[in-house]
Amino acid sequence: MAFSGQVLWPFGVASFVLIAAGLWFALIASPADYQQGESVRIMYVHVPMAWLGMFGYMVMAGASLVALVFRHPLADVAAKSAAPIGAVFCFLALVTGAIWGKPMWGTWWVWDARLTSMLILLFLYLGYIALWATIEEPVRAGRAAAVLALIGSINVPIIHYSVVWWNTLHQPASVFRVDGPQIASAMLTPLMLMAVGFTFLFVTLLMVRMRGEILKRRVRALLLAAAEV
Amino acid sequence: MAVFFFLVVITLLPMGIGPNLNLLGQIAPGLLWVALLLSSLLTLDRLFQADFEDGTLEVLTLGHLPLELTVVAKIMAHWLTTGLPLVVATPLLGLLLNLGAEQFEPLILAMAIGTPALSLMGSIGAALTVSLRRGGLLASLLVIPFYIPVLIFGVAAAGDGEVLSGAAHQALLLLGAVTLASLVVGPWAAAAALRANMRG
Repeated sequence: MAFSGQVLWPFGVASFVLIAAGLWFALIASPADYQQGESVRIMYVHVPMAWLGMFGYMVMAGASLVALVFRHPLADVAAKSAAPIGAVFCFLALVTGAIWGKPMWGTWWVWDARLTSMLILLFLYLGYIALWATIEEPVRAGRAAAVLALIGSINVPIIHYSVVWWNTLHQPASVFRVDGPQIASAMLTPLMLMAVGFTFLFVTLLMVRMRGEILKRRVRALLLAAAEV
Repeated sequence: MAVFFFLVVITLLPMGIGPNLNLLGQIAPGLLWVALLLSSLLTLDRLFQADFEDGTLEVLTLGHLPLELTVVAKIMAHWLTTGLPLVVATPLLGLLLNLGAEQFEPLILAMAIGTPALSLMGSIGAALTVSLRRGGLLASLLVIPFYIPVLIFGVAAAGDGEVLSGAAHQALLLLGAVTLASLVVGPWAAAAALRANMRG
């Protein structure tokens, strides 16, 4: 709590500054795409959202592994707190993608592999959150949710590749490639600024939620102690 | 029960889509698979719950067998009473939906290979929600994303009516891979979830 209390503000400020700078580059200082026109600017929000949607699941699964193996109580709290944040990023990636898809593909939604697997990822998040919400006792809920998150992390690649096998329309990845990024530096700068900024935002929100969760558990423990007397 | 539900869903679908036999024949493999998935979800909530409530599960945990093997036995029983009857009922329902004659064999084969994966994956959802009073609905929601590969490969395997060639054969092999992978993961995860639920 003491550590997170100290770094909370710097992280928040860093995310604010980076996102502000990224927005300036994205909306004003970067060129429009020669094919996509001005709507390419949606990408600067859409891509970080999608990355963090997946990153959130990795944080959740990693924390769940630590929670199951080492039984560290903080890992439980981290996994539980990461889920809603990741779900929101995942949802925003879908929404911004739909807004971009309307002028580009002529439709809000297509049953393309990436869209479908992001949607399924959102369902996995929602199922995980629902499991936490329905089991009342936190230790028991934590174990069950951790098992679910780990099984989900094994299944996410299987689901992803089955969906890719099924149908593909979305453009392939163009930033993280073996032969270097295939994207102009004028567009890469705002994209990276936004990505790092939103990552700081993710970490900040995660710490805020974890602090809230820890306080909630302390209150619960105090109430239980008071009830026993 | 599950078979009856399967029959009723398949009866409802033409009423929703219209009695056009050509159209029904085209989408029959997909309809049959989706109806089968939904029917197999129905019986999930009782997979462990009755034994959990009357304490049988705790006695089984204390016995010589590892809990994982007990879970495998229960999954086998679930498949024999739910998955297998659904596969057996499929040819009849395929006739109702004007399924192409050459698609019967690959579709039944795909279902025979794929349905164990449904019971194996389903056992995880059933085990996670075993202590909840209305766990069935949540179990379905948790499990449905995991059923997606089975559905995709299952429908693809029935695709062009050729069992041992081309994309359908590939899909059939992948379906077998999904089943084997869920055999590795399912019992272990279900046993872990049951232990988590019994400790509290």
